[in-house]
Amino acid sequence: MIPEIGHFLLWLAMGVALVIGVVPMAGAARGRADWMALARPASYLLAALVTGASACLMASFLGNDFSVLYVASNSNSMLPTEYRIAGFWGGHEGSLLLWVQMLVIWMVAVGLFSRHLPREVLSRILAVMGLVSVGFLLFMLLTSNPFDRLFPPAPDGRDLNPLLQDPGMVAHPPMLYMGYVGFCVAFAFAIAALIGGNLDATWARWTRPWTTVAWMFLTIGIALGSSWAYYELGWGGWWFWDPVENASLMPWLLGTALIHSLAVTEKRGSFKNWTVLLAILAFSFSLLGTFLVRSGVLSSVHAFATDPRRGLFILAFLTIVIGSSFSLYAWRAPTVGLGARFALFSKETALLANNVLFMVAAGAVLLGTLYPLILDALGLGKISVGPPYFDSVFMPLMAPTFFLMGVGPMARWKETSVPDLAQRLRWALGVTVVAAIGTGWLAGSIHLVATCGLLMSFWIFSSVATDFWERVRPEGKGFAELRRRVGQIPRALAGMMVAHIGVAVFCFGVTMVKTYEVESDVKMAVGDSTTVSGYQFTFQGVKNVQGPNYEATRAQIEISKGGSKVSELHPEKRVYRVQQNPMTEAAIAPGFTKDLYVSMGEEVEGGAWIIRVYVKPFIDWIWGGCMLMALGGLMAVSDRRYRRKGGVAA
Amino acid sequence: MKYLRFLVPLIVFFGLVGFLFKGLFLDPKEVPSPLINKPAPAFSLALLDKPDTTFKRDDMLGKVWLLNVFASWCVACREEHPLLVEFSKSKMLPIYGLNYKDERMAGMKWLATFGNPYDASLFDHDGRVGIDYGVYGVPESFLIDAKGVIRYKQIGPFTVEAIETKLIPLVQQLKKEAGNG
Repeated sequence: MIPEIGHFLLWLAMGVALVIGVVPMAGAARGRADWMALARPASYLLAALVTGASACLMASFLGNDFSVLYVASNSNSMLPTEYRIAGFWGGHEGSLLLWVQMLVIWMVAVGLFSRHLPREVLSRILAVMGLVSVGFLLFMLLTSNPFDRLFPPAPDGRDLNPLLQDPGMVAHPPMLYMGYVGFCVAFAFAIAALIGGNLDATWARWTRPWTTVAWMFLTIGIALGSSWAYYELGWGGWWFWDPVENASLMPWLLGTALIHSLAVTEKRGSFKNWTVLLAILAFSFSLLGTFLVRSGVLSSVHAFATDPRRGLFILAFLTIVIGSSFSLYAWRAPTVGLGARFALFSKETALLANNVLFMVAAGAVLLGTLYPLILDALGLGKISVGPPYFDSVFMPLMAPTFFLMGVGPMARWKETSVPDLAQRLRWALGVTVVAAIGTGWLAGSIHLVATCGLLMSFWIFSSVATDFWERVRPEGKGFAELRRRVGQIPRALAGMMVAHIGVAVFCFGVTMVKTYEVESDVKMAVGDSTTVSGYQFTFQGVKNVQGPNYEATRAQIEISKGGSKVSELHPEKRVYRVQQNPMTEAAIAPGFTKDLYVSMGEEVEGGAWIIRVYVKPFIDWIWGGCMLMALGGLMAVSDRRYRRKGGVAA
Repeated sequence: MKYLRFLVPLIVFFGLVGFLFKGLFLDPKEVPSPLINKPAPAFSLALLDKPDTTFKRDDMLGKVWLLNVFASWCVACREEHPLLVEFSKSKMLPIYGLNYKDERMAGMKWLATFGNPYDASLFDHDGRVGIDYGVYGVPESFLIDAKGVIRYKQIGPFTVEAIETKLIPLVQQLKKEAGNG
């Protein structure tokens, strides 16, 4: 009964979404207050219906209802409860429902926090979001119903993919989708402004916090996914340039550009066309990512039962949404005036270059992701594009971006003097060079590529520090004055500094781990030990362990340094009972300056095992950097001007 | 004219849609190999079951042999596998497995479970050799002649028909060529 209720709620939701998409939009066009008044309550109703449907699916998972096909494919009676929850978004149908669920949460948020918006604007925004949810609800109902019944019911479920049975996977998809879908708000604001013709600084001010919050969730989601890959895939990598990862990186890059572009539009009234285009693009890439991941065009080799109807449906939806947005853009954008003029050397120029660089980076990722498909479609043969392409394209794009990250915040609006800027940043530059070379020297060897990475990282650190010092430098009154000045820094500005420091931390982690990680694959019998980077790893044997739904062989490895025990690690080889896939469960002793990472290879003769040992310097800084970026976003949205009642006041 | 530039995103997008649309109907298995009648790319790989033993392409010069790409995660390989096991009993030619983008343990376990038709299996963990050979989907098989030239490529699983009508006659012909040359 519960699945039928869920299915019915989805149809009701679809009807309500259609009403939201049409009536308030028409109301805004004709100035009918009663039609527009529908937008907010109808959005709340839509959210209640979709949440009800999600609750039905969740209940089917928690109640082990294997007469529901989706539950039978993604769960099992022996599956621990937290993974039954994760099973909700472990497959195609549930991911879509999660998508719509996130969308309606955003709609409710817009309804609650945008009371100060003019009626027409709010109606159009909610109508656009309603239309997007119509598309996804239809997609679900026509091709991917999560509530389809299985007759006769399965005696037990096929189990959740063991790779996904991990605490990180419980939180990663909701975070990621919250971010992905969150760009729909900025998109809806942009479309509403294009229709209404009120593309101005006020519009940018309204859009900014929404974009930042979505970006924050996306940052956390991507970081969680990357750390999951690090400890779950068992070979110590943290980013693979896989199409699925790229699908989340592209909206992130565009979202980052959008955040910066919005700042210019709000402060100077310039870049309106850029900003609106980026708002459309960021969400378009979220949709495109959904298409790439869900249609099977890229993973067709591995997807044996992809339904071509699904691919066609999303492509049609994509064409309608993005095609009509770009048409609207082509029609309305030429009438949008240019903002204030600015000189060649100015903050505006730095931010414009930033926009271009991020867009090119997103384009490069898109090209690398689609290149095999495009060549194939043109009949030019088939190739695989792997990390070598992305590494060689990305680094040259990031270098100028990171350079600008130091200069941009210190440049003045309108016009800045280059000699003055150079004068202010000379200490930062000196510190950067010394620190980069010094770090290489301390780490034992100086590499060209590593030095480039370190230069970028220290450049950001030292220029942010310079910027900070210039703002708080006391003028002769000593310490009390300093504290007062620190307190005066607006949260938005402090957020930017923290986020930029996050980038520096991230860049430092990436460089250090890429250059100085040490790995060793050794055959070890019981009692053998091996020394990597001064740490002695001793293999003390294996034992069999029973998990709730798997059997594991667990190794015991003692780590010591200079004769004293540092840690003891227990990597596992697991075989999940239902799907019988072997899984490698790495064991990690995390540390501030390095991770000690051990995973099990295969058993060789005589009870010996191949053991893979890594020492990964500063790898946790990668995710620490991402968390700082997200924290910076949080600080920026908590800025006083967003908390002020009414919020519109300049 | 100045308005035209605002149309650029739309035009680029429609171009993209065209490719994506075509992509939906492409069968990645239907790709002719540009490697046919070209020398097989050189490689040197560790054996799946003996990480300390390497195997090179040149080790097989002078022999007609079959290189079969497989992986434990590949469903279609499981379909093909009994046929290969059966065919290997005829001892017609050496068959080598290329364990593609797999985990060593998983690959070995898979062979232990479903039977091992290979004279030896090579461990291509990161798929480098697979890329050199233009491997797109697993399984794929390459028939390589005595001079180290690829003469035939089977994309997707072998069928009884493909083995009888294509593989066996070609192997016989190649062996004759090798004998004469």
